[in-house]
Amino acid sequence: MIYRAGVLFTVALFGLIFVRLASSYAERSTLRPLAEHYVSQAPVELGVANIVTGILIAYRGFDTLGEVAVLFMVAASVGLLLRKDEAGRRDPEERRRGPASEIVTTGSRVLLPVILTFGAYVIVNGHLSAGGGFQGGAIVASGVMLLLLADPGARLNAAALSVIESLAGMAYVAIGMIGLVLAGGFLDPRFLPPGEVGAFISAGAIPLVSALLGIKVGAELSVIINRFRS
Amino acid sequence: MATILPVSSILLVTGFGLSLIGLCGILMHRHLLRIIIGFALFGTGLHIVIVATGYVTGGTAPIIDRALGPAEAGHAIDPIPSALVVTAIVIGFAVTSIMLAYAVRLHSAKKTFDIGTFTEPKW
Repeated sequence: MIYRAGVLFTVALFGLIFVRLASSYAERSTLRPLAEHYVSQAPVELGVANIVTGILIAYRGFDTLGEVAVLFMVAASVGLLLRKDEAGRRDPEERRRGPASEIVTTGSRVLLPVILTFGAYVIVNGHLSAGGGFQGGAIVASGVMLLLLADPGARLNAAALSVIESLAGMAYVAIGMIGLVLAGGFLDPRFLPPGEVGAFISAGAIPLVSALLGIKVGAELSVIINRFRS
Repeated sequence: MATILPVSSILLVTGFGLSLIGLCGILMHRHLLRIIIGFALFGTGLHIVIVATGYVTGGTAPIIDRALGPAEAGHAIDPIPSALVVTAIVIGFAVTSIMLAYAVRLHSAKKTFDIGTFTEPKW
């Protein structure tokens, strides 16, 4: 009873803070100077149409590299936490589930190519419209999840996925190094010509980095999903 | 165009409300998975709040296309909160998946998700 009262008191205090914050907030009518600089300079400097992608991959590229490292650590630690120990090995009959019904298997077979194609589309259009490596990678991983849910007996080649995501990560760092040598600094994508804003081949190395990010995130999330299943 | 209720206020109220629901979920439930869902809701609400603070009155998405020519930078919303929230979503996913892995581990040890049963010394 006392606990419940304490909970209600805490939630009410947070609610009070939130109400004060929300009521005293005034909507902005102009951009902050930094945002103004980004919005006006990103298309000129980088040739990128989607400014959010430009910030993520060029202006804050080092931050994104750290984010990818966090994802790698999560895949590693989830693997460590969910490894099968010899004592807690599941009974084989618990693992054996019947095959999915005709509708589910056919539906997943129809939907899977569509989902993967859409994921690839979102990845390669990251510098032109809403989307990018992380979003497209998550879509690809959702397709893998559909495959694993529809077919419980399906085996994912986790070793190959690990190799793919390691190679993508190394290529990402290598592109950063090329930027260090040929352009302004580490992860500077301007060593390739910026091209026309809005054209498919434009924005220097940003589409390349975006594709690598998509491959890496898709493989990584698939490995994590696979870990949770077994 | 004068609107009675600004978009950013709607988003702020939604985000803060979602956060409060998540906080209630974290504190009131005894079931591990519900607590984890509470954490995820709390984070999602705050993401909505951060995105809402980047809204500029009458702004459009910061993508150079027909709606936003290269010369009219003033009509775009602030792209920085959006970029930061992409980062925050990834970190939130990481934290959630680690919490779920621990929950699976605890369930395989005790066969239950009730936090009341985990009474032995923690360290």
